[in-house]
Amino acid sequence: MADTNTTDRLPPAVRAEALESLLTERGLVKSEVLDGFINRFVNDVGPMNGAKVVAKAWTDPDYRQHLLADGTGAISELGFAGPQGEHIVVVENSDDVHNVVVCTLCSCYPWPVLGLPPEWYKDPAYRSRMVREPRTLLSEMGLDLDDGVEVRVWDSSAENRYLVLPQRPEGTDGLSEEELAALVTRDAMVGVAKVGAT
Amino acid sequence: MDGIHDMGGMQGWGTVAIDPDEPVFREPWHGRAFAMGAMSMGLSGTNLDAFRHGLERLHPYDYLVDGYYGRWLACAETLLVDSGVLAPGAVEARARNLTGETVDEPADVEENKPTYERGGAGSLREIDEVPAFSPGDRVRAKDMRTGGHTRMPGYIRGRTGTVYALRPAALLPDTNAHFLGENPQHVYTVEFDSTELWGPDAEAAALRIDLFESYLEAT
Repeated sequence: MADTNTTDRLPPAVRAEALESLLTERGLVKSEVLDGFINRFVNDVGPMNGAKVVAKAWTDPDYRQHLLADGTGAISELGFAGPQGEHIVVVENSDDVHNVVVCTLCSCYPWPVLGLPPEWYKDPAYRSRMVREPRTLLSEMGLDLDDGVEVRVWDSSAENRYLVLPQRPEGTDGLSEEELAALVTRDAMVGVAKVGAT
Repeated sequence: MDGIHDMGGMQGWGTVAIDPDEPVFREPWHGRAFAMGAMSMGLSGTNLDAFRHGLERLHPYDYLVDGYYGRWLACAETLLVDSGVLAPGAVEARARNLTGETVDEPADVEENKPTYERGGAGSLREIDEVPAFSPGDRVRAKDMRTGGHTRMPGYIRGRTGTVYALRPAALLPDTNAHFLGENPQHVYTVEFDSTELWGPDAEAAALRIDLFESYLEAT
């Protein structure tokens, strides 16, 4: 077993500094490598990747079909792959079906297309309630669904990762792929929001 | 194990607020903890499943009090100490010295990394066995109880659903987390009706979850 209740531990900021100093002085990690790792997830890997995937699917019917049949393959065509993206499944929202993704056991999330999960996704309230009362929780988060809409909740309990393909908003016919990508939000690609036209 | 991590269906956690301006890392130490947590698997000679089990083994207070990156940091410590890369108490002693105390730091201990066979990078594996189930089959999640790692959440146990899809085979976290072999298996997305999980008054919804073949039995 791990340590027992450790309420007298020092705060995590100083424990992180302590761990880093122990590992660097043993030559096990380099601080620059940690910096690079952090910078990658701050600057290069994030929902802007998933937004490009969604915008392409909205404008290119062949790509959409490929994406729904082989998410990992279609997403890697755009250059997005890596940890927590071994097998990505894309699930499509429609007038009749709404998909939403959760990980009740930890906080599994499709890093290559969405980056690291936001706090709300890791919140015990989200992890506990999305599988039990999804309509109520979605409503509390600002998304009211009609009773006739089928709600599908995906609990990411193995190594498959799920990305929601949101519905393209009305009134966006003239927009370019790039303009469309700018409309797509992280929350819509997890399934707790819809994409708006502005 | 039946731990604090198994949150599906728990009640009493309140509501969820979205901060639209949330940065990737709210505190500098969050990023350091994330990076060191990710590297701790390789440094300790363990794996992703052992890491997840390390999170589960944290005391529930520790699991919750410092949030997600607090867990990653504590789990990195756990794996590095378990494998003898760092001595028990080394992080705490160093942290005390960094905050102005003067305490003795423990001497290094002998490395004790797990020895086990790996079937390659990542978690997906090719296997020859014919899948036991097909889409459309009715299946029951076994009433499994373990003190070790599993990816079968408690809220599914004993419930009956329908196989929705066959996914790529993957190594079994239940054994891989404990270095007892990869035991790769077929993985299925199984759909459960909300009323099967939460009773007749449940909100209408379909719950789809990925389950390993050995978690399931035919009905």
